[in-house]
Amino acid sequence: MAFCNINDNRLTYLRVVVQNSPFRIDKQLKLRMVNSVSSQNNLVSVRNLTFSRGSKKIFDDISLDFQRGKITAIMGPSGTGKTTLLKLIGGQLFPERGSIFVDGQNVHQLRRSDLYDLRKRLGMLFQSGALLTDMTVFDNVAFPLREHTHLPESMIRTLVLMKLQAVGLRGARDLMPNELSGGMSRRVALARAIALDPMMILYDEPFTGQDPISMGALVHLIKSLNTILGLTSIIVSHDVHETSVIADYIYVISEGKIVGQGTPAEIQQSDSEWVQQFMTGAADGPVHFHYPAKEYVDDLLSSGKRY
Amino acid sequence: MQHTTTQDTLVGLFVASGIAGLFFLALHVSNLSSFSDQDSYVITARFENSGGLKVKSPVSAAGVKIGKVTSISFDTKTYESVVQMNIDAKYNTLPDDTTASIFTAGLLGEQYVNLEPGGSEEYLKPNGKIEITQSAIILEKAIGQFLFKSAEEKK
Amino acid sequence: MIQLIQNLGKSTRVSFTKLGRASYFLIQIIFGITSVLVRPRLLLNQLYSVGVLSFLIITISGLFVGMVLGLQGYYTLSDFGAEETLGVMVAASLVRELGPVVSALLFAGRAGSALTAEIGLMKATEQLSGMEMMAVDPVKRIITPRFLAGLISMPLLAGLFSAVGIIGGEMIGSGLLGVDEGAFWAQMQAGIDFYDDIINGVIKSVVFGFIASWIALFEGYDAIPTSEGVSRATTRTVVNSAFSILGLDFILTALMFGDN
Repeated sequence: MAFCNINDNRLTYLRVVVQNSPFRIDKQLKLRMVNSVSSQNNLVSVRNLTFSRGSKKIFDDISLDFQRGKITAIMGPSGTGKTTLLKLIGGQLFPERGSIFVDGQNVHQLRRSDLYDLRKRLGMLFQSGALLTDMTVFDNVAFPLREHTHLPESMIRTLVLMKLQAVGLRGARDLMPNELSGGMSRRVALARAIALDPMMILYDEPFTGQDPISMGALVHLIKSLNTILGLTSIIVSHDVHETSVIADYIYVISEGKIVGQGTPAEIQQSDSEWVQQFMTGAADGPVHFHYPAKEYVDDLLSSGKRY
Repeated sequence: MQHTTTQDTLVGLFVASGIAGLFFLALHVSNLSSFSDQDSYVITARFENSGGLKVKSPVSAAGVKIGKVTSISFDTKTYESVVQMNIDAKYNTLPDDTTASIFTAGLLGEQYVNLEPGGSEEYLKPNGKIEITQSAIILEKAIGQFLFKSAEEKK
Repeated sequence: MIQLIQNLGKSTRVSFTKLGRASYFLIQIIFGITSVLVRPRLLLNQLYSVGVLSFLIITISGLFVGMVLGLQGYYTLSDFGAEETLGVMVAASLVRELGPVVSALLFAGRAGSALTAEIGLMKATEQLSGMEMMAVDPVKRIITPRFLAGLISMPLLAGLFSAVGIIGGEMIGSGLLGVDEGAFWAQMQAGIDFYDDIINGVIKSVVFGFIASWIALFEGYDAIPTSEGVSRATTRTVVNSAFSILGLDFILTALMFGDN
């Protein structure tokens, strides 16, 4: 199952050369050169990405870089398609224009089996946890190991217990997902995400709807996992404080554009009104409190249709 | 995942009972058990009129089903109906002067071939022919005759 | 008027794209079969939830349908003095029609709706896309075992339904109403042909199992991932399965028993 070596960049490149026409090679070569010049140290780079859902542009020609070994956060109000970005990086959605490179591979030009091999090296933490509801905590964490490796059951047990210990839930191994609290199921999902020792973890809104204690536990976990395991982390969140604490670099996105980027300190000092409103949580500002509507007085006084 | 053994047992029971049901249908309900084509021999009989006889109609002797009709064709020279029958191989002692008649089971029932054994010492051989036959009773004909007769008697 | 034509065109387009998605889905399922055969445990688990859990409803309904057939058949046939043919009547109607059709309808209601709801909820709770991100193909891991389980269970359930029904008819016919037991069985065996009736009945039930499982799984997989979407998908499963089963039954019957 685990043909991870095939994922080696040079091999992939070789195959491209063998399979494609000369014109194609040229294009590929250029892309790679651009890539290697600009982003030697970037694990993920997003280039000129455009993506729309219906007539609404979720992303409008944006470029982002995510450095190896760092925690990069993408922040923005709800509904700006932050989750969509993670799905694009994971290859579940296809961009309209632009490209995404993960570890040098263009995610959306990979063949299906190569994409699956790449995904084995990515961990993703869903907002809901996305635990498989018909299995115990133990089986959930063991799931990727059982699917992708042929390890003996005793070895799987050891690995699972290690991962559960890391998130502090070794004692909860026999519980079913519906017996877990929200914070606990997110921690189980985290244990599952690191089961295959990935190179990168994508966190989708890890702090939403958590009480202060489990929030603190998650912040601590994400930070320590990143340093201990040498992971690269991408966090998508709108929880300003928690994210500012652990992130090394922050992108603030609104209406498909990057409106601010930098280290947490730089973002705090940003002179953009919009970023300031977002960081301080003011009710009114560049983002209006009211949904677009006609003038209040006119609306009240007009006869109005019955709905 | 926990109750694997009970689950296995139940699945096993389910599959077994399903197969048992299908076997019951095959062996008990259908004609599969009562007759098979392998060990049987063919005889033919010529009827003036084979009436409503059909392929697969039963062939019986003394009320016991011993075979079935396999084909019915029309002989263009003699203008007779040629009925081919498969007789179960264990009933291989039919005399060669057996009479074949076409009867109807009940008033509206299906038609079948009845074999009436004669007194000969010789047995019918595979691919043998039955010489003495009696045609199907055609209801319209019989009624017509009956009406004709009763009209005659009245005179 | 133009509006009407537009709507017609739109719904045609929508149903065609849906049919296309469903066909693509079926192809994916079929490509997943080999990977399921390597891991029979997955199939076994699904045989349990699809087959074993439908066992009770199928056998009980079969018994009652058979008993009703025995009663109704007896009253109708005794008007013609043909009670002895009760066995043929009960067996023929069960084996040819009621066994495959009624058990498929019950299957769609019992197992099909459960499958749709299960898959739809897995989609709504991001379990399917979670699996995809773990590099596990949800079609191979989740859908195909359920499809195969439906395909295998259906003929077994239909066979059980007919068998139990015939026993129920016999109980009523010769146990209660006094039809001669020997005549009951003998007439049945003379009247029911193995190839024409039983095998065709089994073929029907395989086709129905195929179509009911396909519809159920596709509706779940294609459901809008909200609670309302899943509930609508479940309804659609039952309605569409019932239509397809009855429609296909007509076509299959015309093909199988037409030239007789």
